[in-house]
Amino acid sequence: MTVATETTTGAVPPPSKEDVIVVNKMNKWYGNFHVLQDIDLSVRKGERIVICGPSGSGKSTLIRTMNRLETYQSGEIYVDGILLGDDVKNIEAVRREVCMVFQHFNLFPHMTVLENLTLAPIWVRKMPKKEANDLAMHYLERVRIAEQAHKYPGQLSGGQQQRVAIARSLCMQPKIMLFDEPTSALDPEMVKEVLDVMVELAKEGMTMLCVTHEMGFAKEVADRVIFMDAGQIVEMAGPQEFFDNPKSDRTKLFLSQILSH
Amino acid sequence: MSENAKLPPMATGSFAERAVAWSKKNLFDGWFNTILTLGSIAFLLWLIPPIVEWAIVNATLSPTIEGCAEVTGACWGFVNANLRLILFGTYPFDEQWRPLLAMIVLMGIICGSLGAVKYPGLRKAIIPMWVIGVPVISVLMWGGVFGLTYVQNSYWGGLPLTLILSSIGVIFAFPFGLLLALGRQSHMPAIKTVSVVYIEVIRGVPLITVLFMASVMFPLFLPDGVTIDKLLRAQIGIILFTAAYLAEVFRGGLQAVPRGQFEAGDSLALSYWQSMRLIILPQALRLVIPPTVNSFISMFKDTTLVVIIGLFDFLGTVKLALRSDPAWTKYYVEGYAFAAAIFFLICFSMAKYSAYLEKELRKGERR
Repeated sequence: MTVATETTTGAVPPPSKEDVIVVNKMNKWYGNFHVLQDIDLSVRKGERIVICGPSGSGKSTLIRTMNRLETYQSGEIYVDGILLGDDVKNIEAVRREVCMVFQHFNLFPHMTVLENLTLAPIWVRKMPKKEANDLAMHYLERVRIAEQAHKYPGQLSGGQQQRVAIARSLCMQPKIMLFDEPTSALDPEMVKEVLDVMVELAKEGMTMLCVTHEMGFAKEVADRVIFMDAGQIVEMAGPQEFFDNPKSDRTKLFLSQILSH
Repeated sequence: MSENAKLPPMATGSFAERAVAWSKKNLFDGWFNTILTLGSIAFLLWLIPPIVEWAIVNATLSPTIEGCAEVTGACWGFVNANLRLILFGTYPFDEQWRPLLAMIVLMGIICGSLGAVKYPGLRKAIIPMWVIGVPVISVLMWGGVFGLTYVQNSYWGGLPLTLILSSIGVIFAFPFGLLLALGRQSHMPAIKTVSVVYIEVIRGVPLITVLFMASVMFPLFLPDGVTIDKLLRAQIGIILFTAAYLAEVFRGGLQAVPRGQFEAGDSLALSYWQSMRLIILPQALRLVIPPTVNSFISMFKDTTLVVIIGLFDFLGTVKLALRSDPAWTKYYVEGYAFAAAIFFLICFSMAKYSAYLEKELRKGERR
């Protein structure tokens, strides 16, 4: 673990025990494009955060910096007290505690569902195969898909694949789960089965950051809703206040656009 | 569209009726296809009978020059009379059972390894087979122990030499090519540069140059008295050359694996090598089975070039046999036809295996 030291950004408060993620004045550029601007964000243990915003606003990029799928150029990110920078040891330590569910599932097509689930426990957690199989079956039952354990991902529907992907993350028994538009690639009739699983997870106290446009989900489980636009956090509030009384005009416009149907 | 949507007519009637229906549909479907069909038949009628007449009807197996002089067709007697020279080259005549046995052992190991796709039980045997097989083959070929006379490898030749050069070539070029492909994709500039320069330089020169370099130039850099065996140099040349081509084939495969697969591996905290071995390479290599086998077929045939540095591979021994007696020299067509047939047989088997492997590995997935 790396302890916070003095940095160029000035006095940085050491990450509190309660905050599992601390993002501090973080900036990221793609070439000249300033994709994330001065992001400040703290996430407490067990907190459920929904991030929304128009496409290109940087919301996916933001959560992808939290397990180092994306780098950043200034500021810092602490995850579970570990500084997420160039240090490979730190990156691996963070990734063991943070799992991500992707828009396109990213299951491994050459492995069965069960093999998809047991891969990381066996190779990263060094779990015996038998134990990993039991763990995998436990989580497959939780996402109500245990009967598909020996099929290949290509034989499942989109909704089933995404539930497998969630179970695959759970098998790592992570402290934090990141969801990157988990229902955007699904046919409408499959969105609910995935959201149901996510709601259950949220109610069990999993720390979650979800990039999603499912506002019903946000209203039901989110502790905070974040609205991003043009690389900045424009508004951050509890769901009630966020939906009933948004402060920024950009938030109001965005909400009127996605809630009008 | 509506016509295509109809169900195909049921197969009814006698065999003759069905045969006529099949021909109408597949051979004489419209005037253009009818012309093509008739043209193809005419071409085959023009081509095949003279070949059959030459190769079989009027041919002889008689292993004497006199016997050959009597027939108007092919003189397979040339092959018959020189078979051992063609197969084993200049390997001592009385010891030629050794390369024969070595060749059989090698083919056995290769078939055993390739068969592991069909019979998973063989998978665990692959490494032991090679670990035991390679020393056995070495002892048979070199001798010098167990009462076998020592045979310098400059006397090796023919089919065993071709098979040894190409199978050792495959075994070493494959992992080396893989490392080069990964190196070319590396984020570390030094590794990337070395890989790119290596691949581009080797791909940019003919194999014959690499072999010449290995044989003539390389010894100049060695201190006096140190020599590296000619055969070994040729083998290394073949490996280095093939690896550069394979590296590009593998790079294609690596690039075809979706970005998301790498990210999924990363987000599960797998290390780079774990991700590569468990997630990326199984997918990438499967995608490039056809071009990989293509490279191997190419390499197999390219081993014939070692003749320019004085090694007699299978094609080289055919030439040797043709020159062994001036009377045989005019039967070069038969000699080369025989060599071509053996080369074709092996290359065609490789192609067939590649198709089989692709089909086998696709079972159950991506439905």
